[in-house]
Amino acid sequence: MTRTTTRIIAALAAIGLGAGRAAAQSTEAINPTARSVTEGQLLDALKFGDTIRGRITIPNQSAADLEKPTNKVWMWLNLEVIDWVIIAAVLVTLAVVVIFYLRIGRLEIDKGRSGRTITRFNIFERVMHWTMASSFVVLALSGLNVAIGRYVVQPWLGEAAFGTATHWGKLAHNYLAWPFMLCVVLTFLVWVRHNMPSRLDIAWFKAGGGLLKNGAHPPATKFNAGQKVVFWAVVLGGSAVAVTGLALMFPYLLGSPLQWQAAQVVHALAAAGLIAMTIGHIYIATAGSEGALEAMTTGEVDVNWAEQHHSLWLKEEMAKGTTPRTPPTGATPAE
Amino acid sequence: MARMKFLCDADRCIECNACVTACKNEHEVPWGINRRRVVTINDGLPGERSVSMACMHCTDAPCAQVCPVNCFYTTNDGVVLHNKDTCIGCGYCFYACPFGAPQYPKVSNFGSRGKMDKCTYCSGGPEEDLSVEEYEKYGANRLAEGKLPLCAEMCSTKSLLAGDGDIIAEIYRERVVTRGYGSGAWGWKTAYGAAIDVSA
Repeated sequence: MTRTTTRIIAALAAIGLGAGRAAAQSTEAINPTARSVTEGQLLDALKFGDTIRGRITIPNQSAADLEKPTNKVWMWLNLEVIDWVIIAAVLVTLAVVVIFYLRIGRLEIDKGRSGRTITRFNIFERVMHWTMASSFVVLALSGLNVAIGRYVVQPWLGEAAFGTATHWGKLAHNYLAWPFMLCVVLTFLVWVRHNMPSRLDIAWFKAGGGLLKNGAHPPATKFNAGQKVVFWAVVLGGSAVAVTGLALMFPYLLGSPLQWQAAQVVHALAAAGLIAMTIGHIYIATAGSEGALEAMTTGEVDVNWAEQHHSLWLKEEMAKGTTPRTPPTGATPAE
Repeated sequence: MARMKFLCDADRCIECNACVTACKNEHEVPWGINRRRVVTINDGLPGERSVSMACMHCTDAPCAQVCPVNCFYTTNDGVVLHNKDTCIGCGYCFYACPFGAPQYPKVSNFGSRGKMDKCTYCSGGPEEDLSVEEYEKYGANRLAEGKLPLCAEMCSTKSLLAGDGDIIAEIYRERVVTRGYGSGAWGWKTAYGAAIDVSA
């Protein structure tokens, strides 16, 4: 036996003895769970929004989240808050509009129609508006259906038909989101210069927008303060639903589970706001005031209407040398 | 009727992933979908524990409560199932589920969600029991054959237990008392509102 071999054997023996001693020492104290995790401790230590997470050997790394008890908060938010906010947004706004119509009624053109018209929105603006409007109506209805359809529609249709209808609704929602998003961007680009806040807006609100106080006609440029609110709601609310909607539409490209949950909450609340605002907007533009709707249909508004609602814009247009048009003889103005 | 539950005794789980494989094979689960998975907590550290997790078939299941089309239902055995014909693949059940059970096949290159798939407790779906349609949509229906879920049935260490909740809880409690420790019935507090006492 060489010296080296002897030394190695001696060393091994020493290690073996040492290990044996160490094991013997800790035998009395061995408790296999002393350092092991227990679910109770992990749950107690869990902070809001945290997950009990481990390691996993499959490619889907999000499956490494073992337990996410706070997901129930998202459930609670949807069932106890968002559903009610959405229902309130629709019903309260409808009620306000009806009360408004009954109490105040239609806002007439004070001086009556002059018969002369001026171009308010060109064909591009009108196509943009109606593309956005029509896509929004489908988006709103299919969205409302996902949120509260199971309380409102499903009892009538039954599970199978409602499931099919909602599936088609989801497809419509996913595809019509694109023209809507395009129109939000275009609306911003085309109209932002007319929608910068100004001092006039304060005066306009103080005068009740010419709606609450009889005979008051606060001056306004192309868009009055109320319309500016609509504009910014569409731009900001529209951007919010667009960004959150994209995360919900492409879950595997964008976001994490927590972000999808947040996106869904923001999407639903922003959409509820947009729906409420749109109901008011539709009312004011149709039954609420005489002569307003044609701005978006033919694009031509009566000069007297323009003077009443957008005096400064009319002045500006006249200063530019725009001549109001007179409709061909024989045509009688509506009403 | 029994109230079926899963219980993973993590102190016995050796992370062999046989439950995962058995599930995939039994139900011909599509690529990318795992109805069951094994997660290792504190991996590589002293006292690491592995937990086999799938749908826990919760009491008052969050998935069922948030589903916009009400496609979930609970069987007489307390198993939470869903109807794939009604499902629209919105993802809400995944957002609500505390266990990450709902999975969605990717139906396009952009990764939008297909119809949800999850553990059926080996009890198929709303189609006729043991029919071809049921197998194609939901996988095998072992409960209809009088058998328990395969993942638990073939678990080599009997870590994963399936069966009536009261019975498997009693088995687990006996184990905890006998060996003197237990890391807990993972998920029970979240799924059923009450944990099993492991202070033994």
